[in-house]
Amino acid sequence: MRYGMVIDTRRCVGCMDCVVACKTENNVPEGYCRDWITETTTGEFPTLRHEIRTERCNHCAHPPCVHCCPTGASHVHERGGVVLVTPEECIGCKACLAACPYDARFVHPDGYASKCTFCIHRVEQGLEPACVSVCPTRCMHFGDLDDPQSEVSRLLAANRAHSLLPEAGTQPSIYYIN
Amino acid sequence: MTETVIHRSNPGIDPHFHVWGWEVPIYLFLGGLVAGLMVIAGARLLLMRPNQRQAMVCCTIGPLAGLALLSLGMLALFLDLEHKLYVWRLYLTFEITSPMSWGSWILLAVYPALLANALVHLPETLPSVARRIPILTTISDFMLARPRIIILTGLANVLLGIGLGIYTGILLGALGARPLWNSAVLGPLFLFSGLSSAAAFLHGILVVSMPDDERPAFADFLISTVTGWTKARPLDTRLAPALAQADNSFLTIEFALIGLFFIGHLTSTAVHQQAIGLLLNGPYAAVFWVFVVGLGILLPLILQHFELLHRIRHTLAPALLVLGGGLALRFIIVAAGQASHWSSLASH
Ligand code: SF4
Ligand code: SF4
Repeated sequence: MRYGMVIDTRRCVGCMDCVVACKTENNVPEGYCRDWITETTTGEFPTLRHEIRTERCNHCAHPPCVHCCPTGASHVHERGGVVLVTPEECIGCKACLAACPYDARFVHPDGYASKCTFCIHRVEQGLEPACVSVCPTRCMHFGDLDDPQSEVSRLLAANRAHSLLPEAGTQPSIYYIN
Repeated sequence: MTETVIHRSNPGIDPHFHVWGWEVPIYLFLGGLVAGLMVIAGARLLLMRPNQRQAMVCCTIGPLAGLALLSLGMLALFLDLEHKLYVWRLYLTFEITSPMSWGSWILLAVYPALLANALVHLPETLPSVARRIPILTTISDFMLARPRIIILTGLANVLLGIGLGIYTGILLGALGARPLWNSAVLGPLFLFSGLSSAAAFLHGILVVSMPDDERPAFADFLISTVTGWTKARPLDTRLAPALAQADNSFLTIEFALIGLFFIGHLTSTAVHQQAIGLLLNGPYAAVFWVFVVGLGILLPLILQHFELLHRIRHTLAPALLVLGGGLALRFIIVAAGQASHWSSLASH
């Protein structure tokens, strides 16, 4: 089982509901965020292409943040390959922040590394991650990438999708349809 | 054309990634310097003929200084930790893929190795200390009577020193997300920079212990402070040319490794070429070429060359320049590495 997301950027309007939902659900401190909106414009005028994406930790299948952690605080959860941090094991050395090509982590004001958890506490209760559950355009889809019958797998099979910085070799679990 | 706007403002991450300040470069510099002191002390112990007084500065004062410098480096690293009270967590596990985990365990072995090396000739070097603590003489006599222990101590220092020196570079090199650090050369580069800093450090100590009339004024102040406290026996300054020679060899290799570091990046991907541009013609270029290459390598090479030809006296200047260059190298590589990024060329 490998949890992942498929995000349809054609539907995303950058309303930041996902950001607010995450902050509320996970008590993310003021001034910090676990997910965010990125806007990319490519091409030359007048043939420009604009993409709005909601981004977060990619829960990489090959996570350098886990490999470099000296205490084992950063680890891969047994369920779905979700990458997590155990605050009581983290010394705040920031190696994982430096190892993540997506800058998805930050140091929580209490001193430990923090980031998106795919809301594993909700997922284990059969719920969707908070960001997915509030999206007003239903552009975000969460599920098991290893199950060919799951919604995310079917979306990937039917659409052209890309992941972020595939050249960094981390094998992200979040895909964007555009 | 690609323009990216990120609506995120996490402290230390946005707008520019900068999570490691002065503490990490200081730790890497002191770690490299101590690694160099270990290799030189260990090699000296292995190659020395019995009762050679020249061993004192390398085999006693070097490791003793190493113990203090390493502790300072560890303090700097500790200050950098954001979750300080949990530091003991490092020693509840060994994470085989984490260079930082390797480093924390290597550091545990480094202390006893340095101490053992210092103890071998401590009574000869610091007779006043040995008189006050008689067990030091007993330990030294015990070790000197057993050549195997001497060989083991020497070997342990050389091997652990090489490991520690390379580790300080690999610590950064293993962080693939920062393209400037993505180089296997960084390990050997930091090792040889540490070796040159250590040779310069010992050379500097010998210069300050030269006969009064040859000693520079600043050195007078230093020596009166240090010997006033320890009442060390005068050091044999005949070792100074050998250390200047060694330092020049290390500096030459370091210079060549810097060349390889640049070639490696320039022949790699666009991301790596962009990263090395930070040092080649970007915002870090001026400080890198002036303080690391010019003042930290080339000028001391020239000065020590003339010292060896007896054209000029041995002075503290090359030692201070080499140490300054080593420090600048760590500061610039740590800062520029954090400024290098994959996503600046993001494509999809
Ligand atoms: S996105 Fe970054 S923090 Fe998340 S798993 Fe990948 S490397 Fe680790
Ligand atoms: S900051 Fe914490 S989670 Fe990150 S590498 Fe260091 S100990 Fe591990």
